[in-house]
Amino acid sequence: MDGPLIEFFRAARSAGLRVSPAESIDAVRAVQVVGWEDRGALHDTLALVMAKTVEEKRQFDECFELFFRRQGFRGEAPAPGEDGDAPDAGSPAAGEGEGAGGGGSELGRMLLEGDQAGLAAAMEAAAQEAGIRNIAVFTQVNLFARRILERMGLNALDREIRALAGTPQGDRLARAREMLREQARDLVQQNLLLFAKGETDRWRERMLAESRLTSIDRRDHERMRILVRAMARRLAVQYGRNRKRDRRGQLDIRRTLRRNMAWDAIPFLTIWKQEVIDKPKLVVLCDVSGSVAALAQFLLMFLYALKEALSGLRAFAFAGELIEVSEILEHQPIEKAITEIMAKVGFGSSNYGNSLADFSNGFLSILDRQSTVIILGDGRGNRTDPRVPILQDIANRSKGVIWLNPEPRTLWGTGDSDMLRYAPHCRVTAVCATLAQLERIITDLLKDAR
Amino acid sequence: MSKPQGAAQLGATMDSRLHSIPATEAGLEGAGYIPSRSIATAVYLAHHLQKPILVEGPAGVGKTELAKAISAWLSLPLIRMQCYEGLDESKALYEWKYGKQLLYTQILKDKMGAKLGEESTLEAAVEKLHGVGDLFFSDHFLEPRPLLRALREPGGAVLLVDEVDKADQEFEAFLLEILSEYQVSIPEIGTVKAVVPPFVLLTSNSMRDLGDALKRRCLHLHIGLPDAKLEGRIVASRVPGVAEGLRRQLVHFVQGLRGLDLKKLPSVSETLDWARVLVLLHARELEPDMVRDTLNVLLKFEADIEAATPRVVELIQAARRDAGFG
Repeated sequence: MDGPLIEFFRAARSAGLRVSPAESIDAVRAVQVVGWEDRGALHDTLALVMAKTVEEKRQFDECFELFFRRQGFRGEAPAPGEDGDAPDAGSPAAGEGEGAGGGGSELGRMLLEGDQAGLAAAMEAAAQEAGIRNIAVFTQVNLFARRILERMGLNALDREIRALAGTPQGDRLARAREMLREQARDLVQQNLLLFAKGETDRWRERMLAESRLTSIDRRDHERMRILVRAMARRLAVQYGRNRKRDRRGQLDIRRTLRRNMAWDAIPFLTIWKQEVIDKPKLVVLCDVSGSVAALAQFLLMFLYALKEALSGLRAFAFAGELIEVSEILEHQPIEKAITEIMAKVGFGSSNYGNSLADFSNGFLSILDRQSTVIILGDGRGNRTDPRVPILQDIANRSKGVIWLNPEPRTLWGTGDSDMLRYAPHCRVTAVCATLAQLERIITDLLKDAR
Repeated sequence: MSKPQGAAQLGATMDSRLHSIPATEAGLEGAGYIPSRSIATAVYLAHHLQKPILVEGPAGVGKTELAKAISAWLSLPLIRMQCYEGLDESKALYEWKYGKQLLYTQILKDKMGAKLGEESTLEAAVEKLHGVGDLFFSDHFLEPRPLLRALREPGGAVLLVDEVDKADQEFEAFLLEILSEYQVSIPEIGTVKAVVPPFVLLTSNSMRDLGDALKRRCLHLHIGLPDAKLEGRIVASRVPGVAEGLRRQLVHFVQGLRGLDLKKLPSVSETLDWARVLVLLHARELEPDMVRDTLNVLLKFEADIEAATPRVVELIQAARRDAGFG
């Protein structure tokens, strides 16, 4: 009785639901209570036990539809009127044909008689035997369809059709065979959607997170955006609340006395002073010249999706010169904002010295002890004056400078790179070329915001 | 599922009331709560699997109301615990009545002296004290808070843990033992196990994501904004004074309002308030002026009211049309 449920769990996991063993046990118990008869009740029951967020409810609905649809056998019906409804999933109908007609193979007989239930059951059994649940990629569709048909007795059917060639019965059988082929393909497709799609999607996402942001294809950008938002969401949930930590060693006298009123204020239970862990206040300078632009886009997207975990965020973009872009980013969706920023400053050759000077002339006053400056860039100023003392000044006025460089460390300082001259003034320098690296750096930033 | 013998009969009456999903639906309706099918299913399953329900959804869709309805229908006491930041064990579970303990020691001082005076050695006196010491950490000095009260309620209870997302994460972890075993450990006394497992509902406004461990132990019910048909039935049951024609119009108007781009969409509780207001104003039909004047019952932000006001006439027309068909 639980066979179909266990398969449904697999399908649900593949669709992205996180169904733990405990939840699957609950689901089985719940279905025992509710029963299989009413599809609506079954849907509600499983949704209650298995899907635990609004997003998961949506995924669940899709998966449930797909799994319990199991379209009926629409095969050509030589005997019209019998629109043999598909058996409900989970109760594979027993083949009920006794009348031996046609005289040929079992498959031929069922096709000619239009024994929908029998065919559906046979195909389901054949698919089971062929190990359809293990399908992983779409290129296997034909292979599995072929295996299913063979197990159902396609060879015998072929022989039969050859023997009956020319007769009306033979024609009918040939048409029915085509129908059967399509049905098998549909079944395999459906299983592919159910059991393999989630797997490939997840694999792609892993690949995207690990690949260099600068070399990601334009058509993957949409998926990347979703990924970035999901990551940021996770961090925002974790760090968005005000966090406190005990400052052990400093007694909170007022609260201790209150707590120990019951013992005449003899302090049995001590309560320590707590300090609020500040949310980081960020000032971001992004190089948006050709070499780093793609990366800047993802960094800005990440930070703006994270806003509730930050106490302040000012963004600046520069190539040859520097402008503030906080306004643009706040009022427009990120995709549009990026193009607008690009049109304003992008695609020039970068001049770090000049841009740092711009910042120090116009915005140095926004820096204070709480603000962390993040600079994103490769540090290649096209042989212009790097003006290191300005960076030193910035570092002195702020909590620290974090420099994210998309180039691997071995390339720092080669050619026109001034990275090694900037590095001593940065609290952290890090290679940041993939989304995974970006996430790690930002998590560290949120975690030890002292 | 084994129940203690004392509660067996009670369990049987609960079982008979909750014998099927339609029966649950009817029962809740009888208590003045019009459930959607999935709400009824959740209540039915929560009883039969003895699992808590975690109810999520926007404010004002009747999350708390559901708990009240269940308690009214099953005639169980409703024990409500409002969560907030900083809620801890001593406020949620139990506390010792320190004052009473102190008072008793004072009063018993002389008695103790007399009693201990008989003993010749220190060891013997201490031995004697041990027997008395336990007295001070017994039921008499225990101040039960909502969670403990719910567990010790002899006939079972409906426990409503309201807005669990506002409590700290530590408290959430602490809830786990109660939710999965229906028991708590009190170091001085031992483990208290529920006589009859209470019917537990947790509500959340999604202020933050709750931990997986908590979600895993609960049935997860999401109550969204209802469709016109269900909302019409809810209004009919809660505000019986509304004439049928007006009821349809106002429900469709609210449904139309939800289609606008608003900061805070009006939810069921606002619809009910508005229906009551319209009854008080002796309205027979929706009139643009009256709707404009009472819009502040439905919408709680100035910006929303400004956005909706110019659309009122259009929405009323649409509502009249829909109400005519529905």
